[in-house]
Amino acid sequence: MTHTLERPTEPEVSPPGRRQGLSRRTRLGLVPYLLILPALVVLAVVLLWPIGQMLWISLHDYGLQQLRGQDAQWNGFGHYVYVLTDERFWSIFRNTIVVCLSMVALTMVLGTLVGILMHKLPTWASTVLGLGLMLAWATPVISAAIVYRWLFDTRYGLVNTLLNALPDWLVGSGWTDFNWFNSPSTLFPILIVTVVWQSFPFVAISVLAGLKSIPNELYEAARIDGAGAWRSFWSVTVPMLRPLFALLLVLQVIWDFRIFTQLFILGGGVTNRDIALIPTYIFQLGFASTPPNYGMGSAIAVIMTVLVLVISAYYLRTMIRQEEAR
Amino acid sequence: MNNVHRLRRSLGRFGLYAAALAVFVFAVFPVYWVLATALRPTGEIFTREPTVFPREITFEHFERVLSGVLIPGTSFWSFLTNSLIVTLGSVAFAALLALLAAIAVARFRFRLRSAFIIMLLVIQMVPVEALIISLFINFFHLGNTLDVELVGNLTGVFVIYVAVSLPITILMIRNFVSAVPKELEEAAAIDGAGGWTIFWRVLMPLVAPGLAAASIFAFITAWNEFLVAFTFLQNNTGAYTLPISLQYYFGAVSIEWGSIMAASTLLTVPVMIFFLFVQRRMVSGLTMGAVKG
Repeated sequence: MTHTLERPTEPEVSPPGRRQGLSRRTRLGLVPYLLILPALVVLAVVLLWPIGQMLWISLHDYGLQQLRGQDAQWNGFGHYVYVLTDERFWSIFRNTIVVCLSMVALTMVLGTLVGILMHKLPTWASTVLGLGLMLAWATPVISAAIVYRWLFDTRYGLVNTLLNALPDWLVGSGWTDFNWFNSPSTLFPILIVTVVWQSFPFVAISVLAGLKSIPNELYEAARIDGAGAWRSFWSVTVPMLRPLFALLLVLQVIWDFRIFTQLFILGGGVTNRDIALIPTYIFQLGFASTPPNYGMGSAIAVIMTVLVLVISAYYLRTMIRQEEAR
Repeated sequence: MNNVHRLRRSLGRFGLYAAALAVFVFAVFPVYWVLATALRPTGEIFTREPTVFPREITFEHFERVLSGVLIPGTSFWSFLTNSLIVTLGSVAFAALLALLAAIAVARFRFRLRSAFIIMLLVIQMVPVEALIISLFINFFHLGNTLDVELVGNLTGVFVIYVAVSLPITILMIRNFVSAVPKELEEAAAIDGAGGWTIFWRVLMPLVAPGLAAASIFAFITAWNEFLVAFTFLQNNTGAYTLPISLQYYFGAVSIEWGSIMAASTLLTVPVMIFFLFVQRRMVSGLTMGAVKG
């Protein structure tokens, strides 16, 4: 479809001699604007304006007094300079990247393998497995976080009991009352498991849908050409599903970058900075420190937003191209 | 030779089923564990020798959750009411606004059309986790200007849920409106139907499934939402929604796992039901176009 402005299909002859304030054509031209107006107003007030505010606040000294109405002092790029030279920020940043990428890698690999598995299973087994996956997928984030916290509970958790029951030569000893939630090296793996558990079903089911869409002839042709299962996976499946994989990858990165609730529950709040990730760090600066430092929090928020937009550039480009092709 | 082949094949099939079983257990066990904990007596929960299956089934935790007072002056029912008001209300409101905008985008060519769509796509990407501070400050100031409380009660949360669900809802409904052939509307117009009749009799019946799917999608998101509700309602326990009421259990000296799991089950059930309806659409909605189905 071309990009020229299409006229509305209604006939545009305005009866002569009956001119009102606006011609029929102008009034028709206004209709779409009136239709998007309510949504636009809500979006502008609730999201667009705060996006601007976030930038503005990040450039000012902004705390409780400013919230209560005092004028904010211009601070230039002070917060950014401070943050970007701050050892703590970089360690949180590193943790965020490592945790996020681990989640994404595990989710993608597990999800893809399960998708392939479901494709190979007979229909009944694939349906049953699909229902099981859906249970994990549909569990509210907060419930998921809570049950993992319970599974790994220090005193009565199932995992500690199991590890205690297993022979020491296999899993080591000292699992009685072992606390998983205090240090990054044990908390983050649990966080990763919690998140992967909830997100691999989506990847699996998407990959399954993708596999079903590949015409069988392609595999037959590959077999006639002498390709084995491994070869036809790399030469047929992967190229055919590449756009899907790219999309899933971007979505997962964005979602896993934003993890908040699970960490909040597993880590028992946001006060422990050793186990902070960027989203909880922002929240902590804004709402869990005395005094709150909205300026600094906003500077980190801006950095986070820019990162997310850069990561999603591919996704956005694909979507915008599709729009233009309409 | 043939036997070896057959053996290999059945071994392969065995491996396939074993893997499927392992994945199934991994996916389902935590969900099962929520239920199993919610349904067993307290003595079986706080033990060093937990059993996989409850030895005794009890509904005491559910009764405690449903009747008990977790926080003075509140109850499960007040959390549920708050959750229902804020989710159903925001979904209905968002669906209405989104339907109007979707019709504009799908049926009209206007100058700002592309800009509007691109804005929706970009806004959808901006993480609420980053916006949370300025959302709070804005609603605080907006409330002062308008002389209404927007922070500390459900109003602000409601408005934010509407806005956050708008972009994806508009884009989803738009696809359904576009799928309605224009000829259908033109035929109705030739038969003498006015704009309003066309809207209700021709467009709405065909767009309704899309509207429902998008609404359920928005419902699940709002129903589970934690961060905004927690930030805005922290100090007003009377306005707590279900997800943040769950978080409150962790403030207690000893955590009542039975009650938490019972409450968690009650939170999960509506989502599971709705999920069944939209599961297939969730996949196609999110990966629009990447799978040619």
